[in-house]
Amino acid sequence: MNRKLLSGDEAIARGAWEAGCRVAAAYPGTPSTEILESLAGYDGVYCEWSVNEKVALEVALGAATSGVRSLAAMKHVGLNVAADPFFSAAYIGSNGGLVVVTADDPGLHSSQNEQDNRWYGMAAKVPVLCPSDSQEAKDLTGLAFDISEEFDIPVLLRITTRIAHSSTVVELGERAEHPPRGYVKRPTKTIILPAFARARHVDLEGRVDRLRAYAEKTPWNRAEPGDSNLGIICDGVAYQYAREVFPGASFLKLGMVHPFPVELVRRFAAGVSELVAVEETDPFIELQVRALGLAVTGKDRLPRWHELSPRVVRRSLTESEPPPEPEQGLPNRPPALCPGCPHAGLFYALQRQPVIVGGDIGCYTLGALPPHEAMDSCIDMGASITFAHGADKALGKDDKRRRVAIIGDSTFFHSGITGLVNTAYNKSDVITIIADNRTTGMTGHQQHPGTGRTLSGEPTVEVDTARLARACGIEKVVEVDPYRPTETRKRLRELFEEPGPAVVVSKRPCALLVRLQDPPKSVDREKCVACKTCLRLGCPALTMKDGKSHIVATLCAGCGMCADVCPKGAIS
Amino acid sequence: MNVLIAGVGGQGVILFSELLSNIALESGLDVKKSEVHGMAQRGGSVNTHVRFGPRVASPLIEEGTADLLVAFEKLEAVRYLHFLAPDGRLVYDDYRLEPVPVQLGLVPGADDADLDERIARRVGKRLMVPAFAAAFKLGNQRVQNVVMLGAVSGFLPFGEDACREMVRQMVKPEFVELNLVAFDRGLELATA
Repeated sequence: MNRKLLSGDEAIARGAWEAGCRVAAAYPGTPSTEILESLAGYDGVYCEWSVNEKVALEVALGAATSGVRSLAAMKHVGLNVAADPFFSAAYIGSNGGLVVVTADDPGLHSSQNEQDNRWYGMAAKVPVLCPSDSQEAKDLTGLAFDISEEFDIPVLLRITTRIAHSSTVVELGERAEHPPRGYVKRPTKTIILPAFARARHVDLEGRVDRLRAYAEKTPWNRAEPGDSNLGIICDGVAYQYAREVFPGASFLKLGMVHPFPVELVRRFAAGVSELVAVEETDPFIELQVRALGLAVTGKDRLPRWHELSPRVVRRSLTESEPPPEPEQGLPNRPPALCPGCPHAGLFYALQRQPVIVGGDIGCYTLGALPPHEAMDSCIDMGASITFAHGADKALGKDDKRRRVAIIGDSTFFHSGITGLVNTAYNKSDVITIIADNRTTGMTGHQQHPGTGRTLSGEPTVEVDTARLARACGIEKVVEVDPYRPTETRKRLRELFEEPGPAVVVSKRPCALLVRLQDPPKSVDREKCVACKTCLRLGCPALTMKDGKSHIVATLCAGCGMCADVCPKGAIS
Repeated sequence: MNVLIAGVGGQGVILFSELLSNIALESGLDVKKSEVHGMAQRGGSVNTHVRFGPRVASPLIEEGTADLLVAFEKLEAVRYLHFLAPDGRLVYDDYRLEPVPVQLGLVPGADDADLDERIARRVGKRLMVPAFAAAFKLGNQRVQNVVMLGAVSGFLPFGEDACREMVRQMVKPEFVELNLVAFDRGLELATA
């Protein structure tokens, strides 16, 4: 027996490979990133970093329509970006199996919201599978391809952070080849013109009806009999927490939450005295149970926000002893920009300037926090430029605060380009700063169209952000080096005084990507006047010691930004 | 057995957990390990839950039930004390990494003596292991995690050799020797 510890993400990759998947596309996003990173390690599957989730889903749909098993993976908010093709894909159907993975993030470990993407399945009329550990993640990935082909429909595989990033034991299998079905021209199926789409909608409802019957009989929706006093209906990792707290109860564990197995739920409810729905964030299961007229509790007792845990389930549903209290009064340890992070130099350059800054999604979102506080918004991928444009239109010339956008290089390719075209076309004076660290930083250094490498490491075209910005209609494009914060600050001030839009490419590789070889810097205590200018970089290696600035040598990356900003030349 | 590992992003908590959970897997047990990637890794407080036994349901350890808390930094040790079972054991490095807001003077830091007092008040079975200092002396601070593994190996039901074997399997070949030395150093520190 070949047992291995795999994370949920790795298990999905393994499941896709074993199921004969041939094309996979994704945009990196925590907690989904490792699915494609892992899948790219297997032979026989074409894998790519697409520029965004909409593109990834369309790539997978094109491949599935062309007859091969295909997969698109994304974080929960990525499915918002990909929602348009997702809804169309339900009408069009599959041919080769089409699996869409959504990795939700209850608890907001690394996201902007806690949306529950099970609703997307209901809204788009797409079946939803919810694994509760890595073995199930692997098995349900395979099942998703089978369902997709049998019912001619995309399948949504929904995981959460605790499934994606928990490693549990998986039994490995072999790859089953599914020969390509070939591309067959079927315009009334794949072109959703209104006249064709009307028929496809009727067809889709028929497919959903057949899936409803399937949901009643699949072994993945199973009753686990126990004490009949308490019946728990649940899915995903919530099942594991409930099992921990109520080892003897009766369970109805749903591996497929949409379409909802109505008769199975009725039978289960009839056999237990009390029915409780245990699920994270939204009452997706609970509301469907209520719609059957059955008595059920759930979100009246369990929280509607943040992650569940064994403790939260116990506290909410039992009269347990209160848990041990955490120690009070400890300083928090929020995430911070790394030593040597080029974003630090950029934010230093922006501090205390007369600006309104639209921020974006990436490591540089940390620039919103002290000591930088150099950001006014963070909405979604690409919203920096458009937010600043809207502010510019609202505030007009009377408000002297310059409208600025900060966006990372990967995020710019993801969804910044359209916003930049919009600022040029609709004539606003936004200064767009592309924080170009030559990688997708936050998610762990993935390639993107500006790096000159594909997911598999092959050399490819390196899209030039400066030339691209000019092609978008911005004539003034300047480059700055964030490792020279003083000069960058001066250059930005000049730009803020000049009328018209501009793009600033702030270019330096991520400090974790190119480990600097320079020795650690140190402070000359004689020269230091304790002005704390260097501390404004927010570098984790910088602090005050005995009234003078001090560099923690074991943390210092040797980048020299602090030496650059020191007005007394005390750092070298 | 429930083992909670706490530290600061970048300290090697994740590799430690990977080693531990694979040692447990090799011994034939069911294992679950839970960690978080992404934003929290950027110098933030990180913790990993490792649970093993005949059958494990939840990947998360419940507060008040950890048999072993392994902390790579003293403030982080104190932050997670409430996870320990009443008779749970704490193995910690008294190395301090100040949170960035403290370094920048934005919020007051934790007093060293106060942290010691909180640990002493709350935990009977405790062992301080200067793993960072030991790793630094060995010439590479990044082996702090394997020094810690050596130090806790005596409190795990697997034996030293199973741990060494996993270090050989999982560490990059060019670093195996250094890591085995680090492991032995941890063993010595725990028994000193």
